[in-house]
This record gives sequence, structure tokens and C-alpha cells, in this order.
Amino acid sequence: MAAAQDTWLAAHRFGIGATPGEPGRIGSSPRDWLTGQLRQPAAFMIPDAGLPTRQEAAQALLTYRTERQARNNRAQSTPPPPPRPRRPPAAAMDGQPTQEEQAIRGLFRQLGGLPIREATARINTSLRTETGFAERLVWFWANHFTVAATTLQTIPYPGMFEREAIRANMTGSFTDLLLATARHPGMLIYLDQAVSVGPNAALGQRRNVGLNENYAREVMELHTIGVGAGYTQADVTELARALTGWTVVTPRTQRIGVQGQLGDVIFLPMLHEPGARTVLGQRYPEGGQEQGEAILRALAAHPTTARRIATKLATHFIADTPPPTAVARLERAFRDSGGDLPTVHAALVGLPEAWDPAPRKLKTPYEFVISALRGTGIAEAEMRRVNESLEMLGQRLFRAASPEGWPDDAMSWAGPDAVMKRLEWSQLLAERLNPRTGPEQMADTLLGPLASPRTRQAASRAESGTQALTLLLMSPEFQRR
Amino acid sequence: MTDATRFAPSRRALLAAGGAFALAQGSLAFATAPGERKLILVILRGALDGLAAVAPVTDPAYARLRGRLALTPDAVLPLSDGFGLHPSLSFLKQSWDRRELAVLHAAASPYRDRSHFDGQDVLESGGQAVYAVNDGWLNRALGQSRQGVAIAQTVPLVLRGPNSSSSWAPSEAPHAATDTIERLMDLYAGDPLLAPALAQAIATNAVAEGAAMDAMGARLGRRAGPAAFRSVAEVAARLITAPGGPAAAVLSFDGWDTHANQGSVQGTLAARLAGLDGALSALKDGMGNAWGQTVVVVASEFGRTVAENGTGGTDHGTGGVAFVLGGGVRGGRFVGAWPGLGPQALYQGRDLAPANDIRALFAGVLAGHWGLDQQTLTGRVFPGAAGLRPIGGLLA
Repeated sequence: MAAAQDTWLAAHRFGIGATPGEPGRIGSSPRDWLTGQLRQPAAFMIPDAGLPTRQEAAQALLTYRTERQARNNRAQSTPPPPPRPRRPPAAAMDGQPTQEEQAIRGLFRQLGGLPIREATARINTSLRTETGFAERLVWFWANHFTVAATTLQTIPYPGMFEREAIRANMTGSFTDLLLATARHPGMLIYLDQAVSVGPNAALGQRRNVGLNENYAREVMELHTIGVGAGYTQADVTELARALTGWTVVTPRTQRIGVQGQLGDVIFLPMLHEPGARTVLGQRYPEGGQEQGEAILRALAAHPTTARRIATKLATHFIADTPPPTAVARLERAFRDSGGDLPTVHAALVGLPEAWDPAPRKLKTPYEFVISALRGTGIAEAEMRRVNESLEMLGQRLFRAASPEGWPDDAMSWAGPDAVMKRLEWSQLLAERLNPRTGPEQMADTLLGPLASPRTRQAASRAESGTQALTLLLMSPEFQRR
Repeated sequence: MTDATRFAPSRRALLAAGGAFALAQGSLAFATAPGERKLILVILRGALDGLAAVAPVTDPAYARLRGRLALTPDAVLPLSDGFGLHPSLSFLKQSWDRRELAVLHAAASPYRDRSHFDGQDVLESGGQAVYAVNDGWLNRALGQSRQGVAIAQTVPLVLRGPNSSSSWAPSEAPHAATDTIERLMDLYAGDPLLAPALAQAIATNAVAEGAAMDAMGARLGRRAGPAAFRSVAEVAARLITAPGGPAAAVLSFDGWDTHANQGSVQGTLAARLAGLDGALSALKDGMGNAWGQTVVVVASEFGRTVAENGTGGTDHGTGGVAFVLGGGVRGGRFVGAWPGLGPQALYQGRDLAPANDIRALFAGVLAGHWGLDQQTLTGRVFPGAAGLRPIGGLLA
């Protein structure tokens, strides 16, 4: 019984929810199943054939913006329209968009198609993966290094960023991961680093350019040492200066003779603020791109970063207020291994606190939706429905509201309205599935030994299969992990 | 566990949550005194640029430091003392002219660093420092007799705490079956998190049913960006004025973190300000006759740098701006001190100085509107703020 329970905890807590066949595949060695995923790059990958490239993303953005700008320019230079005729032309009367407007909308749809392709791939991977622990770790780290589609410029990037910067770096060190995120166009654009220019750089005297400290601040506050680690505004500004030069190739940079494909990340010395920098009391001599990289390496290796990552991981896997002993063990694993991610992730598996059968973490909406679809045997997503579901439940894919990412505590998700919406959604799913299997069997498939006697009783007394499934999905054990 | 029993809904409320007869039956969930004084808190997350919203246009330092972002004296909607409202804020200008808007400039919580997340924690918790208090000042101010609701799925920190608060947002999905809700309530018995949440949802849904909110639901979904602010405000007004509606509502509007290309008279910030202005206008319209007993407070976690940054935007700053408006507000004036923009006056040489404690504004509203006394304000609502002096005379 205890062995079966650990099998289910592996699938449900470390993984992303059991598919009907998964507990059988995990078998009686759940810890081996978990740790076996950690050094296999393929376990973290997404089948990315046909997904957008950096060039495609940059080109789609460029084409749309160019056309829109041209349209706006034409509109401004056109003389004011003559007095309206008594009978407007048929097209205008029907409210039909002009040909020009239709073309621009088509370009926008093309642009919007990029994140839809990414989302489809992400969700189908979530539904089908047999390495659920690896997938959960990807979600965790993609949230830690949030890139969200909050502006026109960022629309194509969150999914691509997750594939190229997060998934591809899950078997290396935290330092490598940080550097990969720092050099991805998604991050550079999302946090304005791509447009930050040193005031004394070769191009710093041009009009309308200058320093932007957004990324530098979030690197310290969110990605590494964390707020309260004792850094000052001066440290933020110094890091911002050191990082100038990292940018994304645009037609503008191509015009000034920069080599590189549209959308690629490059270091442009003529944007870089010259001079030595001092961050957290450490002096970094002038050194072009190596200067900023050296500071990022120091931040990644800072003891406070180890502590902070350990706390976040323990919070994610154990409880909103994790036991200090668990945090300390993760912290030690991080420091002793120089931030080797597989070692840190394996340390999670070794924590006795993480195997406590009582579930303490409330699932986020994404976790809830994916585990419900996996549990009910749905392996092919209807994208429109899944997207509507996530929007209804308050967690739109690739749309975190701030660089801090989605919250990871129950109070941020268990609002009264949020719980009611989860219930409405569960009922919708149950009605659509209209299950014919018995409630006991449904409880076995969804929760196995994790289902409490009370939950089983509530399901078995339900007036219909639909109601039984609704109650199982909403049960305290299925809402948590 | 005590929470679960305290919030346990009546059988009638359960019926109302799923039933179609709520309108005919009227309010079922809470008894409300007629003419109750309503408080609506609007939180602008991401740090509103206070110097763009209320610009000191005649201060020479302003134009010099702001560069391209500076508003000219003839572009703004003039207030007094050399200040002007951003041209997007036409409803606020009308409110000022009607003397229904008071402005606190150079306002800040006790928080002095520049993290959004920690800044919002202090703004909402009402504590002296980050994580000093675990629940929100508005919840503690509600006391036992008042209800608060967030127009959102979840309850923001400012409304979390020992007193009764809920969250509500329109839904486009069919209601859950009443029988299923009841069975789920049974299944949740003793669950410290899910039981009170579901019970609150049932009660708030009953109020929403009474206000025939469902018809509005689809509209909330269709507007996007700053235009959606207005929809949220319409929903808030409808819910708060419903029979048995809550005494307080909290609205959150995102997207004020304008690091790049924020624009001036026009641009992304101008569009957001227009969205805010439209939302505040919708609140007044929606409150109808209750506007005279309504106070709206608009606040953000901190302000932004005085100077334009290198990318046509502004970075995280310190002193910001807050608004108080409503039919009973003694407005058409600034409250608090103005520190100026001279080189010596700036905080750390870059930010508008935090000359006024924003808690003094909140406390002044709570004292004048709900009659909270000094002991309650400094002992319970804003713990640790022993020297806090609520801004007096905000309300007629």
C-alpha cells in the first residue's frame, strides 16, 4: 500500500498528474523513475519540428509593424474626407473592412499564429509526456525566468524562450541556465534590455537612446539573489551599464553594418557603456560582453542565490511555507554541486518531507487543467477549448501578469470566485465526457490510493456519472498535489 | 475550521446561488443598511507614473528632467498651484471642478526600495515593512459588520484577513448544479482553505444573482486592454449597489510599469490613463444615487523616476500620486505637502520625495467615511504606525 502510494505521489506531486497507464509504467520504484529523467536531455524536450524560429518571429513582427505604420502614415497624409454622402458606399454601410485593413489583419493573424503553434506543442507535450517530473521542472524554471506575451513585441517569444533557453538547459548548471536566458531574444525584449544603450557608448549620444535598468533589476531581484539580499540602486544601475550591448538584430542594426540574421542575439560594442563596474562591492574591469557575463556568473554563484532557489523549489514541491530542514538540504545540494541542476533536482526526490502523503500544495489552474485532462485520458488538446479553460480559470498560457511569474501559494489561487470557476469548469468537462464507468473505478483512475474514503463515498453516492466525476475533480485531494 | 462554520451558507443562499428565482426573492445573503457608505479601492499595479498623471507643469525642473515625456502647460487639464491633469483624465478634471476629487501627490507607503512585489505587499498589508503583516488593511478595517469583495477571481492581499471578504467575476460558463454545490460543501467540511472559499462564493453569487449580473458577464470578456477597466468598474458598481451588496470593493488594474516608450500626450500610458478615467466615470454612473455615500481611492505601489530614462520611459521610483473621489469628498484641492523637484528635494537624487504617507490618506478615509477611531486605525488597521495622523476633513 505504501509502495503504491509512493508511485502515485511520484506521478501526482513530482509529475504533472497520472494518465491512466502511468502508475503501471512507474511501477514499484518511483524514485528511480523520477531520478532517471534528470540527466536525459530528451526528457525535457518538446517535439519542435515546425515551430517558429527566431527569424520567423522577427520577420512576422517586422512585416506587421511596417505595414501598420505605412497604413497609419497614409491615413495621416490623406486629406480629410469630403462631407459624407447621404448614402454611404455599400462597403462602408456593411462595415466591411477595406482591402488594406484586411491585409493588415491577415498579417496580425499570422503573427498571432506563432504563439498558438507554441501553445499547441506545449499543451500536447503536457498531455502526452511520459517524463512528468521533467515537464514539471520545465514549468517551474520557465516561471522562475518568466517571459510573457504582454506587448506586441513579445507575442511570439514565451514558447520559443521556454524551448530554447529553459528546456535545452535543464541538464546543466544554474549558471548556464541563467546565461542562456540572458541571451535569448525573448528575455532581452521582454525586459527592455535589447534597447538599453550606455550613455557614453559610441552610439549613446544619439537621440532617443539610453540606459534601461529593467532587466538588470529583475536579474537581481527575481532570477538570482532576490530582494532583501542587500543590493542597492547603485548596484542595479551598475549592472544595467555592464549589460549594455546585448541586443537583438533589427533592420536598424543591420543598416549600421551589423552582421547577423534578423532576430538573432548579438553583442554590439557600440552600445556598450565603457569603463569598469562595481556590483556588490566587487570591481569588474572593462571587458565588453565578458563584463556583464562575469557579473551574472557571480550572481548565480552567490550564496544567497542557492538559498533562494532552494526555498522556491521546496515551496513548489512541499508546502507554501516549507520546512527549513528541507530548504537547508536543497541549499547544500546546490552549493556543493556548484548549482548542478540534476543534482539539485535529485535532492528533491531524496527529501522525506516531499513524500508526506498529505497533499499541501493547491494546484495552479494550469496544473489542475492538465492533470484533469491527463487523468481522464485526453491526449489531444482542442486548443481553443484549452485556452478558454485557462482564461476562465485565470492563468492564460504565456501571459503571466508580471516578471515575477505566476504565484506559487494557495492564497493566490483559492479565491472564492476561483474555486467556483474550477467547479463550473469541472462540470463542463464531466458533462462533455459523460462518463459511463463506475465511480469507484473513476476514483481509482484519477487518484488511486490518494483518494480519501470520504471522497470515494461522495463519488459513489453521486446521482450521475457526471456528478461523480465533477466531485472527484473538485475533491480536496485532486485540487492539491 | 471556525471560518468554515462562520461562513457556512444558509440553505436559501445555496438555492439562490444556482436558482433563477433570486430576483423575485430579492436579497438572500446579507442584510445591508440602506444608504450604507461604500468604499471602492482601485489599485494600479506596476507603479503609476504620478508625474504624468498630475504634472507640475510650471516647475522648470519638471520640463528639464522629463525631456520628451514632459507635458506642456497648455496640454494639461489645469488644476491649481501650477499642476495639471494628464489630458486623458477628463472625468477626473470634471470631478475636480465639481470639488469631488482630492489629490495626494508625493505619496508613498513606508516602503523605500523599488520592487513591485514588495511595494504592493506594503501598500496592501498596511504594515511598516515588507511581510510585517500577513493580511490586508482593508480587511482589518471592515470589522465584523462589513463585507468586502474583489472584482477578480482571487482575493488580493489588501482584502485578506480575519473579516469577511470574497471575490467575484462574471462567468461565461453555466452555473454549477445546486445539488453538486451542496455535495461539494459537504465534502469540503473541515477543509480550512476550500470550505470557506466555496461558502463565500455561494454567498457572493447570491448577491450577483440579485443584481442580474450575468447579463454583464459577456461584456467583461469582450473588452481588452485599458478598455476592459471600464467593464470591471461597471461590474463593481453593479455588485456593490445590489441588495445585500458588500460595503467595499477592490479593483486592480495592471500595466503601469512603463519602462519604455510611455509617450506623453498620446501613447501607451495615455491610453491606460484614458482607460482608468473611463473606469472611474463608469463607477460614478454605476453608483447612481449612492455616489454621495461613495468614496473611491486610487493608489499605486510607488511612483516612477522624475527623469526620462534612456528608452522613452521611466524606471521605478518612490513618491507617487493618489486620488480620492466621491460625492461626499471635499475635493477640488490638493492635500499633503509638495516637496518640489529641485536637486536637493529629490529622493536619492532621482525620485519624487515621499513627502506624504499614503496610509494617512487611507486612514483619513476610514475615519471620515466609516468612523474608525484613532486607536483602531493605528492599533489594528495600520499596526506599527503609532505616529500616523489621518488626513482630516477629506469628507464633508
